[in-house]
Amino acid sequence: MNFPILSTLIFLPLLSSFFIFLSKDKKNNFSSIYISLFSSLATFLLSLFLWYSLDVNTADFQFIEEKSWINNFIKFKLGVDGISILFIVLTAFITPICILSCINSVKDRVKEFLIAILVLETFMIGVFCSLDLVIFYLFFEAGLIPMFLIIGVWGGSRRVYSAFKFFLFTLLGSVLMLAAIIVIYWLTGTTDITQIYEIKIPKEYQNLLWLAFLSSFAVKMPMWPVHTWLPDAHVEAPTAGSVILAAILLKMAGYGFLRFSIPMFPFASEFFTPLIYSLSIIAIIYTSLVALMQDDMKKLIAYSSVAHMGYVTLGIFTFTKQGIEGSIFQMISHGLISAALFLCVGVVYDRLHSRLISTYGGLVNYLPKYSFLFLVFALAALGLPGTTGFLGEFLILTGTFQKSYLAAMLATVGVVLGAAYMLWLTKRVIFGVVNNSEIKTLKDVNKSETIMLATLAFFVIFFGFYPAPLMETFNVSVNNLIENYQLALNTR
Amino acid sequence: MINNLNILLPEIFLSLSIFTILMLGVFIKKSFNIIFNLSSLILILTIAIILNNPNHEEKIFLDSFIRDAFSNYFKILILISSLFVLNSSKNFITDNKLDKFEYPIIILLSILGMFFMVSANDLILFYLGLELQSLSLYILASIDRDNLRSSESGIKYFVLSALSSGLLLYGCSLLYGFTGSTNFDLIADQLNKENFGAVFAMVFILVGLAFKISAVPFHMWTPDVYEGAPTSITNYFAVVPKIAGLALLIKFMLIPFSNILLEWQTIIIFISIASMILGAVAAIVQKNIKRLLAYSSIGHVGYALAGVATGAISGYESAIFYISIYVIMNTGAFSCLYLLKKDGQYKENISDLSGISKKHPLLAMSFLIILFSLAGIPPLGGFFAKFYVFMSVLEKEMYTLAIIGLLTTVISAFYYLKIIKIIYFDEKKLSFDHVKNPAISGTILISCTLLITFFLYPSFLDNIVNSLFVN
Repeated sequence: MNFPILSTLIFLPLLSSFFIFLSKDKKNNFSSIYISLFSSLATFLLSLFLWYSLDVNTADFQFIEEKSWINNFIKFKLGVDGISILFIVLTAFITPICILSCINSVKDRVKEFLIAILVLETFMIGVFCSLDLVIFYLFFEAGLIPMFLIIGVWGGSRRVYSAFKFFLFTLLGSVLMLAAIIVIYWLTGTTDITQIYEIKIPKEYQNLLWLAFLSSFAVKMPMWPVHTWLPDAHVEAPTAGSVILAAILLKMAGYGFLRFSIPMFPFASEFFTPLIYSLSIIAIIYTSLVALMQDDMKKLIAYSSVAHMGYVTLGIFTFTKQGIEGSIFQMISHGLISAALFLCVGVVYDRLHSRLISTYGGLVNYLPKYSFLFLVFALAALGLPGTTGFLGEFLILTGTFQKSYLAAMLATVGVVLGAAYMLWLTKRVIFGVVNNSEIKTLKDVNKSETIMLATLAFFVIFFGFYPAPLMETFNVSVNNLIENYQLALNTR
Repeated sequence: MINNLNILLPEIFLSLSIFTILMLGVFIKKSFNIIFNLSSLILILTIAIILNNPNHEEKIFLDSFIRDAFSNYFKILILISSLFVLNSSKNFITDNKLDKFEYPIIILLSILGMFFMVSANDLILFYLGLELQSLSLYILASIDRDNLRSSESGIKYFVLSALSSGLLLYGCSLLYGFTGSTNFDLIADQLNKENFGAVFAMVFILVGLAFKISAVPFHMWTPDVYEGAPTSITNYFAVVPKIAGLALLIKFMLIPFSNILLEWQTIIIFISIASMILGAVAAIVQKNIKRLLAYSSIGHVGYALAGVATGAISGYESAIFYISIYVIMNTGAFSCLYLLKKDGQYKENISDLSGISKKHPLLAMSFLIILFSLAGIPPLGGFFAKFYVFMSVLEKEMYTLAIIGLLTTVISAFYYLKIIKIIYFDEKKLSFDHVKNPAISGTILISCTLLITFFLYPSFLDNIVNSLFVN
């Protein structure tokens, strides 16, 4: 197939953002919203088509596009396999939801907001498509610009602090990765990752390079102790910003571990496994405890994200089929659930302009539809069987038990804590007595909010009962990843 | 003989036209506009002449003047950037009553000086070119002679620069004494590591050159002169002399000092690291935007020098790459300053930019693109400049230099972000006059478009820069 489907997927949002930039409308920004909604839905359909036409029985990269880019040493190379396709579909799925959500929540400078979201979508899809380290870095870093503006321009009261913290933390982590990428180029003579997989990086360099990559991924993931930017960024970002941040930006790091750290540096990955286990366990237990104490809903969900990402890193570094598959599943599931939870917070925030838990209570009496949806997502987040949240955690724990009893036991404690803070949050927000008289005047979810939340709820439950479509997609690729990893370790 | 003059054609054309328009300027009353437009025309014609000139290497006048792809590239870069700088600053010049006909003529004279600098293959010719350029720059710095700050900056620049020229001359004479020649090629043959006196001379020459490109620790004049001189002059200072200075530095490493590279490298590494750190840290506390750009330019010179410090062709290429993109970014950044006009006054404080994104969305967006590019965030042009430099630095396994460079990138990102924060996140304070000037908006548009679309085909500049070192 000669049609450059991946480039189209990447540059379609960018192109439409250019049209929005040129469009002129005084009233309500209707044309901007329609253009962006239309183009993001087109991107979504295209990504579904890509998923449909992907051959899942092979672990090779497919739909490869290769163009000479910087003279003869760096190529603009794109391609997808069973792992990355799901993240692309997730990105393309979440973006239209974000655009829908901004109809209700963004009142100021809507046009610029939509441009920022679409440009961000381009960069995010680019990250998951790129098969060249430099191209990957380019898209990985470029995402900082629109996200910085989304937090800073449309954020809450402490937006400046949060935006700076987000930007500088991520940049500091990433520049070391850039240095590592250049060193890899001088070691192997290429930045094309399929070639690097073949060439294999000398063992003595692996540890340092792995740490340089970790510095970037740990910040992005975020792992304890560099997670502190996340709660700030989440709290201050507008709803759509939080959704993208939680649903997609955090997944880049997990994807990075799978695509780069493990296949390129198998020895270092094995060597540093205890480090990753410790950091993940600390993240799971510590941030769950911190989440218990929050009085701000967004902050609570942000800390729960850190804990959930702790499971992901734990699962990836078990190097077992269950662990890695569970991690990928957990990332997709967290992408859906956390997006939905932030949207839920956004719904009540648009009405009462407060994120404090104490403002609410007894919502079930006046907002029944909303309360039902909130409950679905809260239960999914704590891992109720029948939702996607359960499967991810279950597989990760299964994988971890094969490697380390201690780590698995401690991670299980996190499951209990997760149930505690989520249920307590639900109790205080949805149930209980109505303390605030303003709640009686609230309207239930409107049409666009229902569409967003119901779609997410449908997929959370659907894939919870029938995960096969997802599992089959990445099954062969994960097997291949583990085989290559074992092979590399055995040839020492 | 006539063939030889062909090689010198751009310089001959430039000097003859300078004298012609000087005469015109004296005899025609209120001649600023005519002279200004004629100078632009001269710049364009000179570009055309150079483009017509073949690129293969030719040396004339006892091998003291060299014309090759390297010097032609730098000449064209100098001409194009001066053309944009001059035209975008015209409004500013007339608004501030700087519209004396000497203004464009002196700029042309300094360009002539730079031509000889980049083409010199001999210490004497190099020094003459440098002095012609410096003398013109002294006058330019104090061109607003009734303004205390401008005259002060001119005097400051003159005193310090004269001192550095003295050191440079001293170095040149030492070099002549130890090698017995002023010709670069002959010096290169004579020099070796045992020649201790020549190393001494090299240090003096390096001090002089570092002063001209305002590298730390010879940067002290930069912030004061940048702040004191009129913005249009600062714009010129920040862009054009840097190109010539860097070309000269590379040239010295390529030919005369190629045998004592190791000694020379150590010093450049130090200067580069010091410039990067000072440029990043000192800029954080600045309130005046011109002062901030002065420190930012010090930092950028540090990155370009990191490329030079590798002592390899790939490093020189990356430095040329860097300076070319630096020129695009800074021309755009200064052009934005010409739009900050309020009641006939040009604003220079960073706090005046507060919230301009609401009233002037396009200006704010241009600032955004240029500042992120200066900070080196992909996918903008500034990222590729840094990427190339770090590629060549890491090729030579100079890990300390690379790590310090990367960390200062993060520190300097902080103050660029601070300006963006003021533009986008803060409340509106001022709304500026509506300046409708195609030259300014055209310059900003070209610079932003180049920076945004650079990632589509980075090989373009890469190919040109690579071709400079083919022989």
